[in-house]
Amino acid sequence: MYFTIESSPIEVRHGLACLLACSAMRDLDECARGTAEIVLAEVLNNIVEHAYSEQKGSISIALCDLGAGVEVVVTDQGRAFPQEQLPQGKLPPIDTTADLPEGGFGWYLIRTLVKDLTYRRLQSTNHLSFVLPGAVTAADLF
Amino acid sequence: MNLSANVQNAYLVVTVNEDRIDAAGAIQFKERMREVAQTPSDRVLLDLSQVAFLDSSGLGAVVGVMKLLGPDRKLDLFGLTPTVAKVFRLTRMDTVFTIHSTMPGGLRQAS
Repeated sequence: MYFTIESSPIEVRHGLACLLACSAMRDLDECARGTAEIVLAEVLNNIVEHAYSEQKGSISIALCDLGAGVEVVVTDQGRAFPQEQLPQGKLPPIDTTADLPEGGFGWYLIRTLVKDLTYRRLQSTNHLSFVLPGAVTAADLF
Repeated sequence: MNLSANVQNAYLVVTVNEDRIDAAGAIQFKERMREVAQTPSDRVLLDLSQVAFLDSSGLGAVVGVMKLLGPDRKLDLFGLTPTVAKVFRLTRMDTVFTIHSTMPGGLRQAS
């Protein structure tokens, strides 16, 4: 299953609705569906904000139902990650006596919620792949 | 970004009449909250019971609203739906806000 969207926040919103409705997502339970929407929103918004911050472009998303989850491959022709490596995705420190963070949560959420995360930069294209869990994961339990 | 707000007891109750606060709507949410929060009150209760989805931009906007209210005017949350609650829990932001699972006594949704 294959989708292409343009790089804007409103296109991401519409694209998420299509992705969540497609047949590869059909077997996810309600909780896993929520997780899938969080992850896909963070991945796609990150591409809009960073990879395509200076120019518009398209984002392709391929989904494959693995039975125990959904494999997702996302490609774009925007800028590479710095040093061609994914952010570490540490949770920003939360100190109520200091200035609370208003961002920096995206990669923490992605890394916490997916399995088998990989990134490669090939021929001016970013390739990101991961597996969305099909059922309850450790992250849902704490 | 459709918000309803009215003053009930010590609270300004703000009900979000949208099904999502996401990257496409986070700035509008924060700006609308800045406007409605001009109505004086001791505390603000944000009713998120209609919001099925919130991403990290939406979360950042809620934190931003808390900051713009200042240290003397508390922002409480009510009615977190399962996916919204998950985002608050995973990011530990559930430790920052007072989150009510039922409307605090005597209050009702703003309409």
